[in-house]
Amino acid sequence: MTTHTHDQPAAATAVELTKIYGSGDTEVVALDHVDVEFAAGNFTAIMGPSGSGKSTLMHCMAALDAPTSGKVYIGDIELSSLNDKDLTRTRRDRLGFIFQAFNLVPTLNAKENITLPLDIAGKDVDSEWFDTVIRTVGLSDRLKHKPSELSGGQQQRVACARALVSKPDIIFADEPTGNLDSRSGAEILAFLRNSVRELGQTIVMVTHDPGAAAYADRVLFLGDGRIVDEMAEPTAEKVLERMKNFDTIGQVS
Amino acid sequence: MLRATLKSLAARKLRLGMSAFAIVIGVAFVVGSYVFTDTLNRTFNDIFGDLSADVVVRPATPEGQESWATLAGAGSSVTIPAQTVEEIGALPEVASADGEIESSSLYVLDRDGDVVGVAGAPGVAVNWYEEPTSDDEDPVLDLVEGRAPERSGEVALDDQTIDTTGYQIGDEIPMVTLGDQPRITAELVGVVRFGESGSLAGATLAAFDTATAQELFLDGENAFNRVSVTAAEGVDAESLRDTVAGLLPDNLEAMTGEAVDDETASAVEEGLGFFNTFLLIFAAIALFVGIFLILNTFSILVAQRSQEMALFRALGASRRQVTRSVMLEAVVVGLVGATLGLLLGLAVAVGLQAIFAAFGMDFGGGLVLQPRTVIVAYVVGVLVTMVAAFVPARRASKVPPVAAMRDDVVLPSSSRRNHVLSGGVLVVGGAAAMAAGLLDIAPSAAVFVGLGILAVFIGVALLAPVISVPIVRVIAGWYPKTFGTVGRLAKENALRNPRRTAATASALMIGLALVSSISVVGASANKSIDEALDRGMNAEFVIASVSGQPFSPAIADAAREIDGVSTVAVMRGSFAVIDGSQSYLSAVDPDAFNEASELTMVEGTMDLSGGGLIVDSDTADSENLAVGDTVPLDLGGSRTEQPVAGVYDGDHPLMSGYVTGLQTLEELGITPADSTVYVVTESGADLGHVQADLEEATSELPMVTVQNQEEYKASQRDQVNQLLYIVYALLGLGIVIAILGIVNTLALSVMERTREVGLLRAVGLSRRQLRTTIRLESVAIAVLGAVLGIGLGLIFGVSLQRAVADEGLDTLSVPFGQLITFVILAALVGILAAAWPARRAAKLDVLRAINTE
Ligand SMILES: Nc1ncnc2c1ncn2[C@@H]1O[C@H](COP(=O)(O)OP(=O)(O)OP(=O)(O)O)[C@@H](O)[C@H]1O
Ligand SMILES: [Mg+2]
Repeated sequence: MTTHTHDQPAAATAVELTKIYGSGDTEVVALDHVDVEFAAGNFTAIMGPSGSGKSTLMHCMAALDAPTSGKVYIGDIELSSLNDKDLTRTRRDRLGFIFQAFNLVPTLNAKENITLPLDIAGKDVDSEWFDTVIRTVGLSDRLKHKPSELSGGQQQRVACARALVSKPDIIFADEPTGNLDSRSGAEILAFLRNSVRELGQTIVMVTHDPGAAAYADRVLFLGDGRIVDEMAEPTAEKVLERMKNFDTIGQVS
Repeated sequence: MLRATLKSLAARKLRLGMSAFAIVIGVAFVVGSYVFTDTLNRTFNDIFGDLSADVVVRPATPEGQESWATLAGAGSSVTIPAQTVEEIGALPEVASADGEIESSSLYVLDRDGDVVGVAGAPGVAVNWYEEPTSDDEDPVLDLVEGRAPERSGEVALDDQTIDTTGYQIGDEIPMVTLGDQPRITAELVGVVRFGESGSLAGATLAAFDTATAQELFLDGENAFNRVSVTAAEGVDAESLRDTVAGLLPDNLEAMTGEAVDDETASAVEEGLGFFNTFLLIFAAIALFVGIFLILNTFSILVAQRSQEMALFRALGASRRQVTRSVMLEAVVVGLVGATLGLLLGLAVAVGLQAIFAAFGMDFGGGLVLQPRTVIVAYVVGVLVTMVAAFVPARRASKVPPVAAMRDDVVLPSSSRRNHVLSGGVLVVGGAAAMAAGLLDIAPSAAVFVGLGILAVFIGVALLAPVISVPIVRVIAGWYPKTFGTVGRLAKENALRNPRRTAATASALMIGLALVSSISVVGASANKSIDEALDRGMNAEFVIASVSGQPFSPAIADAAREIDGVSTVAVMRGSFAVIDGSQSYLSAVDPDAFNEASELTMVEGTMDLSGGGLIVDSDTADSENLAVGDTVPLDLGGSRTEQPVAGVYDGDHPLMSGYVTGLQTLEELGITPADSTVYVVTESGADLGHVQADLEEATSELPMVTVQNQEEYKASQRDQVNQLLYIVYALLGLGIVIAILGIVNTLALSVMERTREVGLLRAVGLSRRQLRTTIRLESVAIAVLGAVLGIGLGLIFGVSLQRAVADEGLDTLSVPFGQLITFVILAALVGILAAAWPARRAAKLDVLRAINTE
């Protein structure tokens, strides 16, 4: 059981979360009885070697995929008890997702992409909040552009803005800075951290970059579908150190 | 969500345009049919709409018949004595009573001696009289040039006939009648114009003075066919009708002109209604084929957008929203398609008009576009698209949200087992329904067969993804050996998405299934006719008129005089109300006819010398008739009851239905006129000579031809073939849509594989090789459709032939040559369909292609 060190209630919780792909010979246990809590108003980074189950964990937590067994709570709602309609509503109203690939709709311009979740929900755009978000991600002069007319970093910022604009309870971000140069990456990360600090946003982010992990309040380390370690108040150096350890452990075992 | 949908729609204009095309074609056909028949209707209403005087006296409508109008022109035997006309004219309520004489078989010949007017259209002749032009009405016949005919040897013709022949006042006009002296001439003294437009829809009109008309058409009897009665001031038509009716014997009736006009109008509408139905059936086929094209396009579009759909779902869109967005696209496509279809349909109607005009039937004036047509166009267009888009839309909504994160999205294909199961059920159920319909077990044969065929089509289309795999393996089996890597790629491409390949082929399958079943039926019909004539016709020569109109008995008389002729048998007939229903009464001399073509009696005798009639065994069965029963006949005023003298075997190549003696028909008041003359020669006669002499005898009458057995058979086959060609041409439309389907699918597949195409090109595949790959894939799809379609067509055709075997179609003939031609054509179609997609693919820029997402 992973205990969290904060007083806030948990925004999302996984209990005995297991995800198995395939069956028989090709069976892959991507998540193996994972227990984890993500406190509200907290910025959590998830790290681990490739194939350790990071993306799978995010998908299951964000109600994009169904676990094989175990439970996922968003706030106090248990996801497996929901039907498709309620799942949809939960995704729509309470969850945001920033994808590893940018996943913008190519036919819509930047602004339309950003407000798409609100469009889908049939909600009005809170223009003040929209402006704040846009200013922070620095997209003010690119709103009318199609994704194909934006750089990779700009596209990623659009994706971030899209996740933020509907003020979800919790945002899951899968390597949001994976494709960016360090400066653009830093901008995004700073923005994410600010939205946690100042707006009380809850964010869970997968990353391979110790520098990015340093922006978080806490780092969880995943290995072979299990949480193998965690670290509070991370710095790039500490994280790097810890990762080296894993590497040697991995080599030994 | 709405905006996102519309945006994505706008970004895929080309693809959607292609799927809209099916709708355009289908709707165009529907609209074309409606507009054309509405326009025809208007023309005929102009012709017949407001012709009649206040009250019309005519031979009484047979009991139980709603309308006499459809039998009009059959020439009722009852005439109205001049005496009666005078009595009516003497009534104080009557301003004038004009006796009219009307014949529909006086043909005008042009300078080359050929019949003027459209083949089969009547040659109308009337007596000229000065019409009492009441204030507001235009006269039906207007003298536009010269003067009215006044005495024997004078004639006036309608202006359209004058236009086409170039005759001038003073010319001697050759004409053909049914009389003993079939060929007559008269001097052209005047030109008349019929109605406002002058259109007679292909018929000709000649006017004579009353005495001459009586001489020509009523054997000189001082009588009339009709009386037009004009009311005196202040007398209304209804009361005039009742007054006039009081003067009439039982075999005449008085009707208001309005009622007569209504009757004519509804008869015209009914006649055109058939035509409309015929065209609409093909429109329905085109739309049905179109459904596959649309379904396919939407499936592909959904597949291509599945990542986008997944993204929507991940961002919180509900299943319903995703379904709705696809359905919304369908509505837009339907609306656009229907609009374009409406426009194209008007063009189709103009085209039909032009075709008819080229054949001499000019339906002048603008097109009639009724609101009904517009409504039907949109309802059909939108509905069909929505039906076709429903399955892809449902599938789109099942895209799991995680799919947004993956590169290679595999759509959750609804369980294949389900498809096989429901496909199997549909095929079996459809086959059972067809069988029930064909074997006359079901209450409504046509409905059962139609729905059965529909069910089988859908069933096979559902099964197609499964059955197509082994078939494509065979069809494309030789590709790798012959074309190497390119061949292997093509084969794998054809196999990689069996569902799509099958759906594309299905459209072609339907078209070809219908075409080949019709060709089986047609070939069987031809063969059956040949064999029946071989078995049952002894006559060496057949004399008949091209248009089927009867001709003067003088021909048969002349034929009897020819050396080497042993027997001449004539066939006559008239429309008649037999036992309460409209039917046809034939008349022959049984002995002579028996020489020309043997009659096998099942019961009773064929001796009709003392009156009576014989009937074929099928009719006898269905009407429950046996020797000795009496059958009431009504030929428009002259009623009799005739006993059944005998029942003949219904399987006869030349004769069917009720047959009476020549004498009896004449006694019923039908002017003697032969519809067909059969000539039997003495054994050993010089056939060449006899034919020459017969041709000599008929030289007076240009519309009458002499045919020997071979020619006769050929002309019978021609009739079948002509019908076949029309049906082929109309089904061709379905096939055009199917071809577009292949183009569409290939083009979309190529776009979908852009990256792959780029990779192949990058590793050295030449443009030419790439084009070959796509062409080969296309050929495999087209041939798959052909194989499935022809297979089904064979089954349909053979079962149809079996079902009607006892109605004369007793010999099965499978036109293998034709069917193989269809397969080869399908392969060519494949190559053709690949042209554009292949060019597109070849033009792709390698680097850009690889970098496309
Ligand atoms: N759809 C799938 N079917 C089968 N196996 C899968 C599927 N998705 C993921 N896996 C497997 O599950 C395991 C976890 O995958 P996951 O994508 O969660 O890894 P990750 O930690 O995100 O890796 P990376 O850092 O490379 O993105 C891997 O072994 C992967 O092969
Ligand atoms: Mg990952």
